[in-house]
Amino acid sequence: MIQFTDVYKRYQNQHEALSGLSFNIDKGEMAFLTGHSGAGKSTLLKLIALIERSSHGQVLINNQNLSRLPQRKIPYYRRQIGLVFQDHYLLHDRTVFDNVALPLVIAGENHREIGRRVRASLDKVGLLGKERNLPIALSGGEQQRVGIARAVVNRPPILLADEPTGNLDPELSRGIMQLFEQFNQVGVTVFIATHDHELIKTLPYRQVILQQGRLAQQETQ
Amino acid sequence: MKFLKFNFKNYVLRHLQVMLFSLGQMWRQPLASAMTVFVIGIALAMPAGLYVLLQNLNQVSNQWDDASQISLFMSQDFTDPQAKIFTKNLRSWPEIDTVRYQTSNKSLEEFRQLSGLGDLLDTLPSNPLPAVVIVSPSKNSLRPDAIGSLLARLENLSEVEHAQLDMEWLQRLRSISKTGQRGISILAILLSLSVLLVIGNTIRLAILNRQAEIKVTKLVGGTNAFVRRPFLYTGFWYGTLGGIVAWLTLLFTLGLLSGPINELSQLYNSQFTLQWLTSQTFLALPISGMSLGVLGAWLAVGRHLSAIEPR
Repeated sequence: MIQFTDVYKRYQNQHEALSGLSFNIDKGEMAFLTGHSGAGKSTLLKLIALIERSSHGQVLINNQNLSRLPQRKIPYYRRQIGLVFQDHYLLHDRTVFDNVALPLVIAGENHREIGRRVRASLDKVGLLGKERNLPIALSGGEQQRVGIARAVVNRPPILLADEPTGNLDPELSRGIMQLFEQFNQVGVTVFIATHDHELIKTLPYRQVILQQGRLAQQETQ
Repeated sequence: MKFLKFNFKNYVLRHLQVMLFSLGQMWRQPLASAMTVFVIGIALAMPAGLYVLLQNLNQVSNQWDDASQISLFMSQDFTDPQAKIFTKNLRSWPEIDTVRYQTSNKSLEEFRQLSGLGDLLDTLPSNPLPAVVIVSPSKNSLRPDAIGSLLARLENLSEVEHAQLDMEWLQRLRSISKTGQRGISILAILLSLSVLLVIGNTIRLAILNRQAEIKVTKLVGGTNAFVRRPFLYTGFWYGTLGGIVAWLTLLFTLGLLSGPINELSQLYNSQFTLQWLTSQTFLALPISGMSLGVLGAWLAVGRHLSAIEPR
């Protein structure tokens, strides 16, 4: 589902964020991406979301070669990927409902379908009663759940998360991870960048460990 | 087919939603929005107002154009029997439409009435005024070069003392109005440009305010068209409302002017009445406002869209 082959990413200032990276994540798998800050985790996720392009090498996502994807097709490609961010990236002038509905509105879904899917998605993350609230009225953990609801609302085959538990206490973090596990159980490929070692130690998923832009090792627990 | 129809309905519905959404956003900042709308309105009203004035000026000069005549002041010894032959002769000229003869007594009578110097005229030993033949040139010979040669030919006739065409000032007026027209065109272009800049700048600020939203929209798969749409509608509203304000401003100004102008025209015994906005101008203002609004927004968004690309 996610396949990196000899991928390099060099920035303009000659800094090499990724060098010769190759790894593979299967369809329906759940895996963690770990490594120190600056090891290239964020860069790797940006390559998958096509926020940046690789300098060299092949990135295959859901059987699409990203280096061959023209700029104008990027929006449609991104609709296959649910993105969850550390800072949630919620729109604070819109209700929880409108935030979650955004990907569906963009995709041009009809009104009734949007209402149905948004409520289903909010139900899954346990926030069904809060759809009329503004994000600012929610706790950090709840805001992250809204972010997850938005990421899964159009049922993408891949879910990417960048430090989704970065600002949460262990209790809430466990809850968020359980959510990801639930999505994985219904067939979504889940790839989570995190440095929360305490948490992932307790979970039985593979880790892709980066060290200075290279693959350090892949562990299966 | 059903699928297509279905999607089309969604598409229209979404456009309506975005349209109302952008109007709502303007409504939430009433003062700033109103100021922008008024700036646009006044910028559009100025060339349109000058255009209306110029139309009126042309109407006046056209009226005079039809009435342009050549007065032939005959020599003192010109008699009425001679006049019969003379006018008959003139009527056969192809350059001449109508000929009217006015005896010297009639001229005196007219002068007495118009000047109010009746008593003084009575003291004169004889009538000092000549007989006059008033010639209306035909439509074709009204052109400046043709009328010049006709005038020269008439002047050369032995019976004619003096031939006078009072049209020089009319030609001057024409060329002034032509200059005015060009000036107004230039002014309209400059002010349209300023409308573009005002709208562009307003949209630029709106984009800066909503940078986070644009970024998120793009990250969850929003196309450039989707991101652009609300801003285009914002430009649409500013332009259209500005056009309506321009229209109202013009209507108000013309309302203020129409009273004194009609009075003035009555004093001159003129048929002239102030022409209001034609239905074309009526539509042209909001439509040109709208197009300028959408164009300005398009330019501003295009310029900034790539800058917000999440990379």
